[in-house]
Amino acid sequence: MSHAPTTLQERPTPAPAVATTSLSSRTLPRWAPLGFAAVAIVLGVGLGLVAGWHSRIQWGLLSALFFVAISYTVTTAVENKRQAKDRLATSVVWVCFVLAVVPLASLTWTTLSRGAKVVDGYFLTHSMAGVLGTEPGGGVYHALVGTLEQVGIATAISAPIGLLTAVYLVEYGKGALARAVTFFVDVMTGIPSIVAGLFILSIMLMAELKPSGLMGSLALTILMIPVVVRSTEEMLKLVPNELREASLALGIPKWRTILKVVLPTAIGGITTGVMLAIARIAGETAPIMLLVFGSQLINTNPFEGAQSSLPFYIWEQYKIGSEASYDRAWGAALVLIAFVMILNLVARGIARWKAPKTGR
Amino acid sequence: MAKRIDIGGLTAYYGSHKAIEDISMTVEPRSVTAFIGPSGCGKSTFLRTLNRMHEVTPGGRVEGKVLLDDENLYGPGVDPVTVRRTVGMVFQRPNPFPTMSIFDNVAAGLRLNGSYRKNQLAEIVEKSLRGANLWNEVKDRLNKPGSGLSGGQQQRLCIARAIAVEPQVLLMDEPCSALDPISTLAIEDLIGELKERFTIVIVTHNMQQAARVSDRTAFFNLSAVGKPGRLIEIDETERIFSNPSVQATEDYISGRFG
Repeated sequence: MSHAPTTLQERPTPAPAVATTSLSSRTLPRWAPLGFAAVAIVLGVGLGLVAGWHSRIQWGLLSALFFVAISYTVTTAVENKRQAKDRLATSVVWVCFVLAVVPLASLTWTTLSRGAKVVDGYFLTHSMAGVLGTEPGGGVYHALVGTLEQVGIATAISAPIGLLTAVYLVEYGKGALARAVTFFVDVMTGIPSIVAGLFILSIMLMAELKPSGLMGSLALTILMIPVVVRSTEEMLKLVPNELREASLALGIPKWRTILKVVLPTAIGGITTGVMLAIARIAGETAPIMLLVFGSQLINTNPFEGAQSSLPFYIWEQYKIGSEASYDRAWGAALVLIAFVMILNLVARGIARWKAPKTGR
Repeated sequence: MAKRIDIGGLTAYYGSHKAIEDISMTVEPRSVTAFIGPSGCGKSTFLRTLNRMHEVTPGGRVEGKVLLDDENLYGPGVDPVTVRRTVGMVFQRPNPFPTMSIFDNVAAGLRLNGSYRKNQLAEIVEKSLRGANLWNEVKDRLNKPGSGLSGGQQQRLCIARAIAVEPQVLLMDEPCSALDPISTLAIEDLIGELKERFTIVIVTHNMQQAARVSDRTAFFNLSAVGKPGRLIEIDETERIFSNPSVQATEDYISGRFG
């Protein structure tokens, strides 16, 4: 059946490239990619050892190249060109995925393994008061309090402003003003944190104010507002226009439509956006250095006096350069990552809980 | 409580584009008026001008007048929100509020425009759901989300939501085009019942449906793509479908159009 006479073949021209009319052809087994990967790793490591390279990164990159090359050639030989291209694209995607995940996993592992040594109840509930930087002991409590307060104030200021700006842009804004607001939000997104810090610092110097947690919060607010506006705007745009029309057609005023129909529909996404913005500012160090000044002591009043914060604490401890301070820096890093992680989990929880229900 | 609508010289624009031109007609109270015509001829636009939903679209504006029992909807000092409470609307795609339960969906209009007494709410919701022939299907799951219902049930939920605020007029923009024949039949039966209480205007692409449910039928057409839509004729449904006075109507109805 492979060479059934067709009109094409009856012509005097040479037979077409189609060799077989059968629908099935040789295929690689399903585990082939795994096999390629194993062979590639063996080749990469072997060649690395033979050539005397010490860097594991070189071994890994070599293996990745081998993996892509082997996948392509073997598939070309066994199957066909089209399958090989497919396999090529798939293996490149896999390699990129691994390249992206390896640093992430490595970062998480380093922080966990080095931070877990010092993080305990004592570490979380004590400050650095009376502890020499080069000696073990002390804790992160003052920095944790500082971060919570500064980030809390920044959120309390920027979440409402950002939310209302986004509502204006999506529901009301048209013409020059809306375009200007959008433009400035875009510009603000790109402001480096040190510039935001310097801006507040200049105001602080002109108004003859002292460094305090509040000043840091104001700089963080500048960084947070555009992120909240952008994410909220996208979420509001996702709310189907039909819902707004349905509400308006019931004789519900526009402001109540926004408040009771549009915002509840988008609330899951909006919360996630705000939480991500918080996660972004929780790691800012530069404005804190300039405006909050840093401290070894517990200061629970964000409106007066110097405070610390987790990123600042990490920088400070690492700068001391002793074994004990390195440990404290990693411990604080672990606390900061855990803080952001918990926020993310909370955001996801809220998003799932508030998401429009589809169940029967 | 149903009201008559008198439309005089109505022209509607989207920005600089004229969508419908110089439409005048009368919609009788306690009856069903159907709008038929090819796509893009402005039926839906015209329907939306009857409760000032047209101006919700950016750039939408209207010239002419729409009299609801001698009161001009487009007169100075008329609040579109009040207009929409008087003239309700049901849309092409069922659009229950996804964050609300079935009960809340029906109660939404009353709750959100603040015109209700708490002890009456349950009663009004039941009455509206009964009015939309949905009560028996949903009475055991009133606090379940409205989006969990089937398409036909969702559309009846939307009708219940629209009639819960006791409008005078009910506008329906192709209410059955997303539904199967059984659900369509349910809605059509419902329209027959609702016309005892409301003035109903329905846009439909289905000419059999217009013939089945309506008392009067208006035929719209446009002379060319991009030109504004016009009212060709309006008459008793029987006459439109048996012996229309304009040749274009007969061509459209008998399928000889374009």
